[in-house]
Amino acid sequence: MKPTDIAAPDYFHKVVDCQWACPAHTPVPEYIRLIAQGRYSDAYMINWQSNVFPGILGRTCDRPCEPACRRGRVEETPVAICRLKRVAADFKDDITQRLPRPSSKNGKRVALVGGGPASLTVARDLAPLGYHCTVFDADPEAGGMMRSQIPKFRLPNSVIDEETGYILNLGVDFKGGHRIESMKALLAEKYDAIFVGSGAPRGRELDIPGRKEAAANIHIGIEWLSSVSFGHIDKIGKRVIVLGGGNTAMDCCRTARRLGGEKVTVIVRSGFEEMKASPWEKEDAIHEDIPILNYMVPVAFKHVAGKLIGVTFQHVKAEFDAKGRRNLVPSGDPDQTIPCDDVLVAVGQENAFPWIEQDCGIEFDKWHMPKVDPKTFASTNPKVFFGGDAAFGPKNIIWAVAHGHDAALSIHKLLSGEDITERPLPEVHVSSQKMGIHEWSYDNDISVDKRFKVPHRDKVIALKDIRTEVELGYDVKLALGEAHRCLNCDVQTVFSTSLCIECDACVDICPMDCISFTENGEEADLRQRLKAPSLHPDQDLYVSSDLKTGRVMVKDEDVCLHCGLCAERCPTGAWDMQKYLIEMTYAGSACPTKSRSAA
Amino acid sequence: MPGLVPGIHDFLFLGQDVDGRVKPGHDGLGIAGARMTYIAKPKFHHPGLKKNELGYTHRDYEGKISTLCAGCGHDSITASIIEACYELSIEPHRVAKISGIGCSSKTPDYFLGNSHGFNSVHGRMPSVLTGANLANRDLIYLGVSGDGDSASIGFGQFAHSIRRGVNMTYIVENNGVYGLTKGQFSATADRGSKSKKGVTNTDNAIDLVAIALQLGATFVARSFSGDKTQLVPLIAAAIRHKGASFIDVISPCIAFNNHAGSTKSFDYVREHNDAVNRLDVLVGRDPIAVDYAPGTVQLVEQHDGSKIALRKIDADYDPHDRLGAQTFLQKHAAKGQIVTGLLYVDPDADDLHAHLNTVETPLNTLEADTLCPGSAALDKFNASMR
Repeated sequence: MKPTDIAAPDYFHKVVDCQWACPAHTPVPEYIRLIAQGRYSDAYMINWQSNVFPGILGRTCDRPCEPACRRGRVEETPVAICRLKRVAADFKDDITQRLPRPSSKNGKRVALVGGGPASLTVARDLAPLGYHCTVFDADPEAGGMMRSQIPKFRLPNSVIDEETGYILNLGVDFKGGHRIESMKALLAEKYDAIFVGSGAPRGRELDIPGRKEAAANIHIGIEWLSSVSFGHIDKIGKRVIVLGGGNTAMDCCRTARRLGGEKVTVIVRSGFEEMKASPWEKEDAIHEDIPILNYMVPVAFKHVAGKLIGVTFQHVKAEFDAKGRRNLVPSGDPDQTIPCDDVLVAVGQENAFPWIEQDCGIEFDKWHMPKVDPKTFASTNPKVFFGGDAAFGPKNIIWAVAHGHDAALSIHKLLSGEDITERPLPEVHVSSQKMGIHEWSYDNDISVDKRFKVPHRDKVIALKDIRTEVELGYDVKLALGEAHRCLNCDVQTVFSTSLCIECDACVDICPMDCISFTENGEEADLRQRLKAPSLHPDQDLYVSSDLKTGRVMVKDEDVCLHCGLCAERCPTGAWDMQKYLIEMTYAGSACPTKSRSAA
Repeated sequence: MPGLVPGIHDFLFLGQDVDGRVKPGHDGLGIAGARMTYIAKPKFHHPGLKKNELGYTHRDYEGKISTLCAGCGHDSITASIIEACYELSIEPHRVAKISGIGCSSKTPDYFLGNSHGFNSVHGRMPSVLTGANLANRDLIYLGVSGDGDSASIGFGQFAHSIRRGVNMTYIVENNGVYGLTKGQFSATADRGSKSKKGVTNTDNAIDLVAIALQLGATFVARSFSGDKTQLVPLIAAAIRHKGASFIDVISPCIAFNNHAGSTKSFDYVREHNDAVNRLDVLVGRDPIAVDYAPGTVQLVEQHDGSKIALRKIDADYDPHDRLGAQTFLQKHAAKGQIVTGLLYVDPDADDLHAHLNTVETPLNTLEADTLCPGSAALDKFNASMR
């Protein structure tokens, strides 16, 4: 293999698995260290800079970082990154003085359609630069699906008010209760740029017999959640069936439990394991006495005199064809009718752009989605940008934020007369953490604690009031324990070939057998010859150039604890622990316009 | 809510295991911030580590964390002993590790944390080991010593344990220098080599391998701490050998003997290493899969049935020829070459217990009436002498 180019910004970025997996590339270990030091406000600001909604995401994020977390490969469970984010939000001081000030306007006007996470991120990035941002939303208050679809027992209004407020107070114009009905009309208002962050607002239908006849007791999940959020609905029948296996289904069933549903059942087509809902959301639902039945396909709504009485299901099983594709085929068991009073349909969401006229210069593909450049987020109308669920279909908040940052950068470049396809490189800082022979500026003593559970409110109390938050969040002590579980993967092991005397001290001390000195070879061959088996080929090998004996140093990054013992035991300082900090490029970052790599 | 003040987070670690480096009076238990910052080796290990027949990984054969200088060759020997014991699936409680005084003699603390250990007086490891071996012949005896401990103060002890054929593995971690007293020449430093300060050694060197051969050791080897692929099987073969096994391991002293002019530096040993063979130890269930070119491998079967596959590097070298080994050694030493590998082995050797005709049962488990058979037996014995 060729020597690893550690100067490429992506190499060390990938080693920080959580940050690499996060669509917004939040520097996770950096803020977790600050939490451990009790510097909650600092930790919050790092998050705010990167993901804009730390308090909201700390309760609701889909956590792409956690399955990636190295700790999950070292022991059973990853660090509770998401809930630590909430700790930063919960225990911070007043941070308003640290926020950007509304600046004098530069005369450029940007319209943002939809008041959800994508649009608000664009506004957050552009308003401090002097853009006049106007956010339109059909709902009276900002937040989009964060406010309308996520139940209050998971995300209280106070948190949404606070974090949307930080953005709106930057001098952003919020026009609530103002649905945009025509793109053409909006274009006619001569905005310099338009950003569409209107989400995926339509719940998918379930067209099976009885749907029309029993319509009064069949509700589309996201619409129903939204009506609950705004107080239009406050009760439901005693026996409720929720159809669908995503996070919306989990929100529906738990909400139903709080509105009078005594026997609430979730029923999914697929297997329990393949459900789209996050594992922890399934756990929370089961904890609230909601059974999840699987491999059952709804075939008809049963009704008597216009009143729903139950749903009939066909039992299926999974079969795999020659290409490994899964098919659900009837299992042969007789159909089963489960009695119920209400049904909540949460089988997916769809995009809908009835308000974008065909002659707006915005082209759509065959799936009726706008053609959007995945890097610049520009549509075929150079002035109109898309982001969040509106761009590529339903994902989650953190993706919307990431889209927002990139779209804001495009808008800023467009309105500065620059080429929006040139994306500036991120800024990277690498600095040694050595303080003394055995002293590092980070806590390298690896905690063996298992993941700490987040305390929940007592179930009896939690189920009584739909506005009572279920999760209490970590207290300071638990947060500290959890923060210590972080392996500081951003403190990188950096190797200098010229200093190495091949004494093997690092090989002998490494608790994870990450380091081998061996003859060079092709990657597949090298992976066979490492000191410990290479379990994850997607994890990079760090390969040095040729050493004095003609061998090379190979480090499997996979399960490195970043404990720094290799550097402590190295007599010549050939190993050093250096902190890697990558600053993503946002609108207004001053940097050269070299095209950037995949970071 | 205001945050905790920095530093208070130390409280989580109060009362944890302190490693060997934290000496009494040094650790700051209860005083946040005064705790020594170096850490014990983390308990986590690679999730894919192989296990031996006993279900142990090589991590289970570790001891405390080393307090030697970073980069010390001795730490590599420690790692090699760990590896050899792991590969042989040795039960740690079946091992007695015995040492004297010096950097090398500290190392038994860093391997086999669950074995018996005795850190004896300077140079007296061989006597303590011989005594222990006589009392309990069932344990595996690992004597760990250094060039000071074995070639100076304990030279006589070394000699006698070898000539008696005590069943042991005697490892000398040989760095040619007194590291603990800051770098004076030891008795194994080569004549003409230079100290770190530039002084030339005018005394002749003791070659412990030559002495061990001359005194009748039945397994004699030399290796280099920087060459674990050679060293680990040598240690494994020595442990399986019945009789006095001696391994001289050249182990650079990173602090005082790793400079130009030294003959025990990493660079010098790598340049002058003349390996006669490399070996694989074949024991237990492991299939004997020897796929080397014909004529290049010599199989040696030891007393306990284990086999050593010797991959010859020097085609003419015969490890069964004691006299030839001595000549070979001296010829190459004269040319400045360091001969390494398995230099001599007598696979049918006996040990001290055979010489003394002791009973199979370890003496320490014999009952009092067996050890002291009573006055009738004494009378009978006395009568036989008249």
